[in-house]
Amino acid sequence: MKDVSVLIGGKAGDGINSAGALVAQLLNHIGYTIYLYFDYPSLIRGGHNFAIIRGSEQSVGTCWNDLDFILALNNETIEQHRDKRTPETAIIYNADLVKSAGQGIPVQAILTGENAPAIMGNSAIIGGFAKAAGIEWNVVEAVFTAHIPKGVDLNLKVAKKAYDQGEKVHPVSKGIKPPRPLLTGNEAIGMGMVKGGLDAYVSYPMTPSSSLLHFLAEYQEKFGVTVVHPENEIAVILMALGFAYAGKRSGVGTSGGGFCLMTEGLSLAGMAELPLVLVVSQRTGPSTGLPTYTGQSELQFVLHAGQGEYPRLIVAPGDAQEALFWSEIAMNVAWKFQIPAFILTDKTLSEGTYSVDPAAISDVRREGLPVWSGSSPYLRYADEPSGISPLAVPGMKDAVIKVNSYAHDVAGITSEAADVVAQMTKKRLRKGEGLTREMQGYPGVTISGIPESSTALLCWGSTKGVCNEIASLLGLRVIQPIILSPFPADQLKQAISGVTKLIAVEENATAQLATLAGQYGIVPDERILRFDGRPFSPDDLLVKIKEVMV
Amino acid sequence: MTGRQLITDAQNTWCPGCGNFSIQHTLKNVLTEMEQEGKSLDDVVLVSGIGCHAKIADYLNINSFYALHGRAIPVATGIKLGNPKLTVICCTGDGDSYAEGLDHLIFAAKRNIDITVIIHNNRVYGLTTGQYTPTSPLGFKGKSTPSGTAEYPFNPLELMLASGATWIARGYTKKMDLLKKLVVEGIAHRGFSFIDVLQICATFFPAADYYTPRVYELSDHDPTDFESACIKSREWDYNSDARIALGTFFKRSLPCFDDKMAVHETEAKDRKQAVEELLLMRT
Repeated sequence: MKDVSVLIGGKAGDGINSAGALVAQLLNHIGYTIYLYFDYPSLIRGGHNFAIIRGSEQSVGTCWNDLDFILALNNETIEQHRDKRTPETAIIYNADLVKSAGQGIPVQAILTGENAPAIMGNSAIIGGFAKAAGIEWNVVEAVFTAHIPKGVDLNLKVAKKAYDQGEKVHPVSKGIKPPRPLLTGNEAIGMGMVKGGLDAYVSYPMTPSSSLLHFLAEYQEKFGVTVVHPENEIAVILMALGFAYAGKRSGVGTSGGGFCLMTEGLSLAGMAELPLVLVVSQRTGPSTGLPTYTGQSELQFVLHAGQGEYPRLIVAPGDAQEALFWSEIAMNVAWKFQIPAFILTDKTLSEGTYSVDPAAISDVRREGLPVWSGSSPYLRYADEPSGISPLAVPGMKDAVIKVNSYAHDVAGITSEAADVVAQMTKKRLRKGEGLTREMQGYPGVTISGIPESSTALLCWGSTKGVCNEIASLLGLRVIQPIILSPFPADQLKQAISGVTKLIAVEENATAQLATLAGQYGIVPDERILRFDGRPFSPDDLLVKIKEVMV
Repeated sequence: MTGRQLITDAQNTWCPGCGNFSIQHTLKNVLTEMEQEGKSLDDVVLVSGIGCHAKIADYLNINSFYALHGRAIPVATGIKLGNPKLTVICCTGDGDSYAEGLDHLIFAAKRNIDITVIIHNNRVYGLTTGQYTPTSPLGFKGKSTPSGTAEYPFNPLELMLASGATWIARGYTKKMDLLKKLVVEGIAHRGFSFIDVLQICATFFPAADYYTPRVYELSDHDPTDFESACIKSREWDYNSDARIALGTFFKRSLPCFDDKMAVHETEAKDRKQAVEELLLMRT
């Protein structure tokens, strides 16, 4: 099987993320399916940043330890990643700064020769890599032209110098896939929400959700989305609910700490029956934790956040393709049922880059809503059998639209009458019953790997990638619930049919999905947990799974 | 809807003599006149916080968003951004917008979002039965400060001047003609309008005997002059004994946040094309 792994490393500020993206595009353009993992500490300058780009013939969402290439912009890259080298690993390095075996690129001399600025040094390294990997020059030209925003010609000249001086030391054979879009999880979530009709995105910066804010802000005119960055997360969610009241589809994005501040507004969305999409991108907690590292410790928090009882949708996509698909669904379902809908992601997915298949992306759709017929008087909380009251928005003729955070009657007027409170509580819960039925029509639990296997890995979110990798090696079934609320118990029970050993794999310390599944009588036999901020590596997971399979 | 009955059937639970009646009556009159002038009340939204003042959302028969304590202003901001054609009036209390949600008040002024904020400033928490607020005088004896507060009140007018509000006024619930004039002017102002209304709390801070002899209406004051607005706003510091000016302290014209943030809405087919273009850019 064709498979290639490239690590590029340097100081924070060296542009590792964009250099990594170019390497990913080179591999994309020679026929590989891509996954890019970006690792950086929470600082602006000076720390060690690295990206690992994996190209494979099958879909990927993880990186093995062993590398085919190391592209070293500094010595630290050589030092820190010694354990990832094999006798075959090709090292391409900046000869001005690094002492190493391998191919040294005289970066400064090339830059001086071409009269190019220091920032173009990465192009020399990438040129050297392309030669070492045997990537044809026209591919480099095509990728640079498409993906370097400024100074393409000079970058190409710099790259070509290094390319011509280098040697084809580790040729990478061509794959068979046509070049496909490479999206980060956050970009995929943003585009999914746009497809679901997003009108406004409101967010306060917080890693690892910020790149979604940046993406939608950059393309707001193109998408027709108002993007607002208010004073704090409390204002974020309240503004988003203001948009929803005005009839505009809104979304918010944050991480655990910011979501703590949103819980009061979340409960308001539940009580006032205002639709809202919330993107919660998990990082390592508790508290400030590890801002730029991953985790899956907010499932139970998101399940239970906010006072009171009201239905909510939670979906946890496992890669960019799923993120695109489910983010659109989250938006449509939020509006259909007038409820909060969560897209639960994590640093690995949010900031990881994946190949997506454009053919598998559905058309833009905006589902029809139960809209008020116009017969007076309008009752915002009309007690329909479905629990879903027809919508009206301010400006509609003769509709007096009253939404309320207090317990209220069908007209939205505050009421403390016992029968009214019970009636409206039941109405909201009936929406939950409808939501459960609705979500049964979606593929809420995926089965992959070897579906006949009696040993299964139970995972959720981005760990899907690493679990699939191991499953194909060991012949295991992979079961991944994507819908986490309302919990797809029936689908999950079907998925584990014939399983004699169920192994939960999660990136938290208390096995939160296993706990949730346990409430429905599905109790994993083993739990493999990682909670140091780093995603499972297939190497580690392979060992741990072999241990528990004995 | 024309000739709308503007008061709902909801049972009114304000105390007899409560200043909220005056504000509600004022708003009802203002809305009636708006409708007589051809403005559809379907395009008006009232947003309230939580507290005695906020019951006005139940009592006035117009579009309303009965929000959370301190959080009326971000809701109002979202509604205005969502549909800039709407007239958004935001009733909040002093506990609401001077304590719990002060950040939102400052940022709304800073942004110059075109909403009208009416602060029902009774200088006490009424609904939670009598605790001090950020505008209670020094030494105020409330249930949480039985020996008197140890902190000075702040001056909301000065705060709004410092925050960039483009229209600043003070009213008094016992001067209803002026109050109505101010509300009309505030709604007409394009940008953030702020009215601090000295409101009687009949039960926990019945201060009419203090206010009535001290209030006077601003005259010979140029509200476009920031310096004199500062001087006038400092005349009474919500604590010491001084004359209390009512009227428009400051106004100026600046571009509105809702105008600057407006994004051209796209049709579904344009979105589809935008998504496809983006996918191509990432290939």
